Amino acid sequence: MFKKILIANRGEIACRIIATAKRMRINTVAVYSDADTEALHVRQADEAVRIGPPKAAESYLDIARIVAACKETGAEAVHPGYGFLSENADFAAAIEAAGIVFIGPPPAAIAALGDKIAAKKIAQQAGVSTVPGHLDTAADAEMAAAAAREIGYPVMIKAAAGGGGKGMRIAGGDAELREGFRLAASEAQSAFGDGRVFIEKYIAAPRHIEIQIVADAHRNVIHLGERECSIQRRHQKVIEEAPSPFLDEKTRAAMGAQAVALAKAAGYRSAGTVEFIVDQKRKFYFLEMNTRLQVEHPVTELVTGFDLVELMIRIAAGEKLQIAQKDVKLNGSAIEARLYAEDPRRNFLPSIGRLTRYLPPEGDGVRIDSGVEEGGEISIYYDPMIAKLIGRGVTREEAIARLAGALDAFVIRGVSHNMGLLSAAIARPKFREGKLSTDFIAEEFPGGFKGGTLSPEIAAQAVAVAAAAQRITTEYDAAIAGAVIPERWVVVQGESRYPARLTRRNESVIVAGYTTRQEVTTDWRPGDALFRGTVDGVATLFQIERVGIGWRLERGGAVLELKVLPPGAAEALARMPAKPAPDFSQHLISPMPGLLVSLAVAVGQEVKAGEELAVIEAMKMENVLRAERDGTIKKLCAHPGDSLAVDQIILEFA
Amino acid sequence: MQEILRQLEEKRAAARLGGGERRIAAQHAKGKLTARERLDLLFDPGSFEEWDMFVEHRSSDFGLAEQRVPGDGVVTGYGLVNGRTVFAFSQDFTVFGGALSEAHAEKICKVMNQALKVGAPIVGLNDSGGARIQEGVASLAGYAEVFQRNVLASGVVPQISVVMGPCAGGAVYSPAMTDFIFMVKDSSYMFVTGPDVVKTVTQETVTQEELGGAITHTTRSGVADLAFENDVEALLHLRRFLDFLPSSNRGKPPHRPTHDPATRAEASLDTLVPANPNKPYDMRELIQKVADESEFFEITPNWAKNILIGFARLDGHPVGIVANQPMVLAGCLDIDSARKAARFVRFCDCFNIPIVTFVDVPGFLPGTDQEYGGIIKHGAKLLFAFAEATVPKVTVITRKAYGGAYDVMSSKHLRGDVNYAWPSAEIAVMGPKGAVEIIFRSDLGDSGKIEARTEEYRTKFANPFVAGSRGYIDDVIQPRDTRARLCRSLAMLRDKDLANPWKKHDNIPL
Repeated sequence: MFKKILIANRGEIACRIIATAKRMRINTVAVYSDADTEALHVRQADEAVRIGPPKAAESYLDIARIVAACKETGAEAVHPGYGFLSENADFAAAIEAAGIVFIGPPPAAIAALGDKIAAKKIAQQAGVSTVPGHLDTAADAEMAAAAAREIGYPVMIKAAAGGGGKGMRIAGGDAELREGFRLAASEAQSAFGDGRVFIEKYIAAPRHIEIQIVADAHRNVIHLGERECSIQRRHQKVIEEAPSPFLDEKTRAAMGAQAVALAKAAGYRSAGTVEFIVDQKRKFYFLEMNTRLQVEHPVTELVTGFDLVELMIRIAAGEKLQIAQKDVKLNGSAIEARLYAEDPRRNFLPSIGRLTRYLPPEGDGVRIDSGVEEGGEISIYYDPMIAKLIGRGVTREEAIARLAGALDAFVIRGVSHNMGLLSAAIARPKFREGKLSTDFIAEEFPGGFKGGTLSPEIAAQAVAVAAAAQRITTEYDAAIAGAVIPERWVVVQGESRYPARLTRRNESVIVAGYTTRQEVTTDWRPGDALFRGTVDGVATLFQIERVGIGWRLERGGAVLELKVLPPGAAEALARMPAKPAPDFSQHLISPMPGLLVSLAVAVGQEVKAGEELAVIEAMKMENVLRAERDGTIKKLCAHPGDSLAVDQIILEFA
Repeated sequence: MQEILRQLEEKRAAARLGGGERRIAAQHAKGKLTARERLDLLFDPGSFEEWDMFVEHRSSDFGLAEQRVPGDGVVTGYGLVNGRTVFAFSQDFTVFGGALSEAHAEKICKVMNQALKVGAPIVGLNDSGGARIQEGVASLAGYAEVFQRNVLASGVVPQISVVMGPCAGGAVYSPAMTDFIFMVKDSSYMFVTGPDVVKTVTQETVTQEELGGAITHTTRSGVADLAFENDVEALLHLRRFLDFLPSSNRGKPPHRPTHDPATRAEASLDTLVPANPNKPYDMRELIQKVADESEFFEITPNWAKNILIGFARLDGHPVGIVANQPMVLAGCLDIDSARKAARFVRFCDCFNIPIVTFVDVPGFLPGTDQEYGGIIKHGAKLLFAFAEATVPKVTVITRKAYGGAYDVMSSKHLRGDVNYAWPSAEIAVMGPKGAVEIIFRSDLGDSGKIEARTEEYRTKFANPFVAGSRGYIDDVIQPRDTRARLCRSLAMLRDKDLANPWKKHDNIPL
């Protein structure tokens, strides 16, 4: 076994790999860019080597520097994690050329399977069912359009070197295709250094189900069952689970067998994932093979009991697989949610900044894979994933409940994040019933995510919780001079008003309305970000923050603004005039921090709704800002190349 | 007897109606509460004791003889705010537009006199069209009587003005002399001369809101400290604000029990100061993480944003916080920030509130604007304020403390009681680059040499240990332990006794 390995990655996956290596008593070497000098993975590793400036191309993607870091530290093997160089055959080859072991597949297999077109050819030869499409890359937009017409719209434009949803666009017609081609090619070029794209039939509302395989160097290949990753946004997976609530034993076995056949045909070694799309009739088509550890690998680990990183390390060290296909049993259910620093209320725009508060929850059946801690930075340079939360249970219901509880209790301040969307998504009846598809988010949250909804019971708990928080806070204030604590209050929520008498009974706060009576117990204190307690004996949990004269409660993706006021104040507040929000309709505002790549308009130009105005690059994604209505450009307030702050004015309409 | 009791109740009911239901409706239509509704929100339920409900004006000119309203346009008295006595006057716009008469002024003076005697804060809720013109000079005399009492009360009891309607002309000078001014957006304004006069004299067209609204005064002029959306928010926040203040200069600031441990460590503060010395960070995060229950009652947040001031509690005891804000103008001192902080430091010193200062200051803002504007005298105000303050003073230097600004920011040399530095502190005459360019001017052409010298200067001076070796820094502390160290120092300083030499009063460079 190796004595020392280097992890050519950062963030949560670097921390995850370090954890297994530590358990296996293998020393670890971290690498880091200048943006990560204080990062968690650097501190968790036994040694750390600086490999360059923040830009990934000059650090985490710099093969020579990583090879040099291995030599400098005497690392015997390299684990690439996912992303960055994990599926770069040249990297694997360079590592092996330097006499170091690559903890992953052979370079030839990476090259063959990493190219989506070549992979599809291998799959077809191995008897794996594939999506109808064009197997040649499109040289230009016109060629792409011709190919698309031949296959028939809608089509998917895909980067040959792609992954993680980057460089993918759907097109329903020629115009969309041309624009999509340009964006996909440019994104692919900047993300993977390879601008080749190809065209494939777009299968509507499919389910995304993938098979985890493990192959050793002794021609043993097994599969560890499937993961369903249908819940996506912008083709980026957000919620994944194992096993799939959709597959029957027969389909699972058929998919597993094809995945194993593909791995064998490609001469594969190490852990890998064969992705399929599955239509509503459980017909499945090979999509691509990922020649690396997947982001969502923990759900497989939790239902099979195997540590995939450990298996990869043992296989790389030449060990034989100690498990046969018959040893693989899927126990219970595991669901992963990816927590991203992005704002689902603002079209998933990335958010960067310092995590001023970061309190991951703890609990039975909850695993959290994270590469940050309080005070850490979500930087503009890398993937904005903050953490992965995985809920595990004997049943799918139990796994969902644990994940929901963990999401509700996760306190994050400093950056926007998608926790609310994740909570709301797993609370949907369709999710609970296992009716998933890749269109789930678009269908369940039409017009964008605007917040979750709470059951009447939970909403009633919120009222009691806000009232109890007010009572407790008032007790502190009253203690300054021994003041009498008033009992009569009114809970104000929007237009609704609930008069309530707030009193103490032993350790409980009694919230008595005209016809209702709730008893709240809690050890919450002013300043705590989480309100844990019971309402009428039922355990409850809300995130809570004092905002102005009221309380902001959050649970299940729903944000509640409640004020608990003396009756006179509540009555007076009802008379206060509502003030309109400031009018930004005459401006194009930068929805995120980023780089202004281009402006598509000039002063005096008339634009129609939907026309491109500007492109902002943030988190490696090019975001097109479009005119929301017809208008004339009055003034340009920023120029290409400018760094934009969030809410910075880019241009003004007349 | 029953009849007399009934008559009293009738008289009271009439007085409570102020200017009558029609005017009350008009007041409500403007989004404003009445004078009495405001007092009800300010005070603990049922605690308000009204005085002089039956006072009427004594004028008979211009038809005033027929217009007598009990109370004469102002409601005065005292009540409890979370159990502590506070005096208040609340001008009633429904009666003569809240115009100030001789009798109206007398009522205000009466509560001010009493507040001074018992040592309790005075809150003024201003909503007045100005002087009672019909009364002529008697009304002006009334203003001056109020002004005089504002001055005598200054530094003896806290005085807070909440401007909730018009406040124009001479009337502005009473709030101006109080310690803090709160305003309500869209319904209050303050100016010496209104838009009409401005138009006549300077040809400028400006609205009341632009000239003297809450936004103007809390972002441009710095006259007001906080702007609120409406009357309710203003008054409920005022209650919380009063909880930080002692009743008078004879008392200690009020202790509020807390469950927040004094020794609470905050590991994330270790990474608050970025590795790059030119990268800003939000000083508010430090304040909130150090404060009890993360509560920082910030004052004047939108004017002179390069310095932060406000109240917090440490181990239950109120402290005044002064902190450079690296997010704005790199946290440098300029005219506005020096004025803002100086006045706050003096307030804290008047009322026995310990001052905690967080320092990250690269120096004074250069430029003709600043020099012509008198930065010398304005900067001196902050220096003067820190130097004369005798309350407990604890300072933490987080990063830069350069040049004269180092001296100013509650340094050891200005009788700082406990002066801490984080390991990231750089206490020097100026930044390494600037220093090298002066000391080694002859090497300016040689970038290699300059770089080496800069590095040499950085190692030598860009740290807290040079200052530490002279005892100017009492200790270099782990950022995570800041709260614990502050709480411990303030506990040690609780009975600090320090007096300045006897003088009639000092002569701060105004």
